[in-house]
Amino acid sequence: MSDHKTMTLTLIVWRQKNANDPGKFETYTAKNITEHHSFLEMLDCVNEDLIHSGKDPIVFDHDCREGICGMCSQVINGAPHGGQDRTTVCQLHMRKFKDGDTIYIEPWRARAFPIIRDLIVDRSALDKIIQAGGYTSCHTGGVADGNAILIPKPVADEAMDAAECVGCGACVAGCPNGAAMLFTGAKVSQLALLPQGKAEAAERVMNMSNAMTECGFGNCTNHYECQAACPKGINVKFIARMNREFLKAQFA
Amino acid sequence: MQLFSTSIGRKILMAITGQCIVLFAVIHLLGNSSIFGWLPGGINAYAHHLHSLPSPIIWGFRLGLLAFVCIHIWFGIQLTMENRGGRPRQYAVKYTQKASFASENMIWTGSLLLLFIVYHLLHFTIQVISPETAALTHPDVLGNPNVLGMVVAAFQNVGVTLIYAGAMVVLFLHLSHGIQSFFQTMGWSNDRIQPFITKAGTLVALVMFLGYAAVPLTILVRILK
Ligand code: HEM
Ligand code: SF4
Ligand code: FES
Repeated sequence: MSDHKTMTLTLIVWRQKNANDPGKFETYTAKNITEHHSFLEMLDCVNEDLIHSGKDPIVFDHDCREGICGMCSQVINGAPHGGQDRTTVCQLHMRKFKDGDTIYIEPWRARAFPIIRDLIVDRSALDKIIQAGGYTSCHTGGVADGNAILIPKPVADEAMDAAECVGCGACVAGCPNGAAMLFTGAKVSQLALLPQGKAEAAERVMNMSNAMTECGFGNCTNHYECQAACPKGINVKFIARMNREFLKAQFA
Repeated sequence: MQLFSTSIGRKILMAITGQCIVLFAVIHLLGNSSIFGWLPGGINAYAHHLHSLPSPIIWGFRLGLLAFVCIHIWFGIQLTMENRGGRPRQYAVKYTQKASFASENMIWTGSLLLLFIVYHLLHFTIQVISPETAALTHPDVLGNPNVLGMVVAAFQNVGVTLIYAGAMVVLFLHLSHGIQSFFQTMGWSNDRIQPFITKAGTLVALVMFLGYAAVPLTILVRILK
């Protein structure tokens, strides 16, 4: 059984006490790791050893551990979420690595994401973009009938594709400019596609893209690294759609 | 105006001005190709026709082009500088999946193009680099500026040919990213047409490279005399 085979790995991990600490890499050894461990479980094992020897555990973000919440956020050997297609770090498994590998683990690095500690960054800038327009204003009252507004299936599907974004920020981490165009493009598109969102489409795209700049995100240069980094497969066509919405808003 | 201040707006201005310069470059290439003889009288006749246009048209065109180049460069430098700290520290391992040499070096290929444009204007428009063969002061038998003579004299020199051919490699790099980038920035793209746009953009860039490089190279090897 493969369960009996274990791996020993060298981890080179970014350690930083707080936003003002310059931070540095520390080297650790991960022992007794099987191919069934997830990447985060592997770190749990290392942390247990660290705690037993009286050292500070490596601090990292996580929540659902099933690839849906968007909390986990680590750059592994230069790739946000580890570079496996459409996979969050929590769903990355150690079978992707082999005995003796050296693995670099770093936080998302972007001007708009200050490091809080070790591998945890402050992603509230993404919330600020949502607050700037990632909603529809509607009157409260009785729940509307599900089929009161008919939406063609292809349009609904396209909006759902955009709505798959879990807000993890890997697109920003993967972008050499630290731009948030894929995230913002997905949020702008998901609403602009649907009749309920169209009413405020022009204001929304202007407010959300301005919030992007105010939060310190960079400008897009169409490298498309964001799409490659995205665990939900959000396509850069949604950036094109946002650009289109932006142009339309100039004439609205 | 939102176009001049916002992130997406400035990108759109860069894309439109860049694409207008590309359109100019395509027309310029068609004009150059008259050197291969499809127009009676060759490139000298072409230059003569061009310069017999009313001067408001010529100057309107030149100033318009100058404005496009200035806007393109201004925002190119501005956006690039803002992006330089966008990732405050590089990752220990460089891992890129989609970015290319061309996409990562737009500011450098652009800057080299600017240097080339200045040199090229001094060389063949203002004609101060090799005054002994300047077309303006050396008319052909019909009394038109002898552009052919000037160009042939210039490219019989290996160094000059290398500068021009090298600049066209740089142009190829800039446009292989720039043309598809234009469509994406204007929002005229989606997942179905994007692979096609990328290939077509690279193809156009390649045709421009081959077309422009053909003149100095055929002169250097004495096919064109
Ligand atoms: C022959 C002259 C040039 C042509 C035909 C040209 C064409 C283009 C085009 C079509 C784009 C894509 C626009 C977009 O969607 O972003 C572009 C981008 C760019 N150009 Fe130029 N350009 C020229 C000269 C220059 C010069 C002189 C510079 C700088 C000094 C420059 C710097 C840039 C930069 C930084 C970008 C942005 C890259 C990006 O956002 O992807 N270009 N150019
Ligand atoms: S677009 Fe993808 S990578 Fe970016 S925040 Fe959304 S899910 Fe994460
Ligand atoms: S922990 Fe929820 S997506 Fe990874």
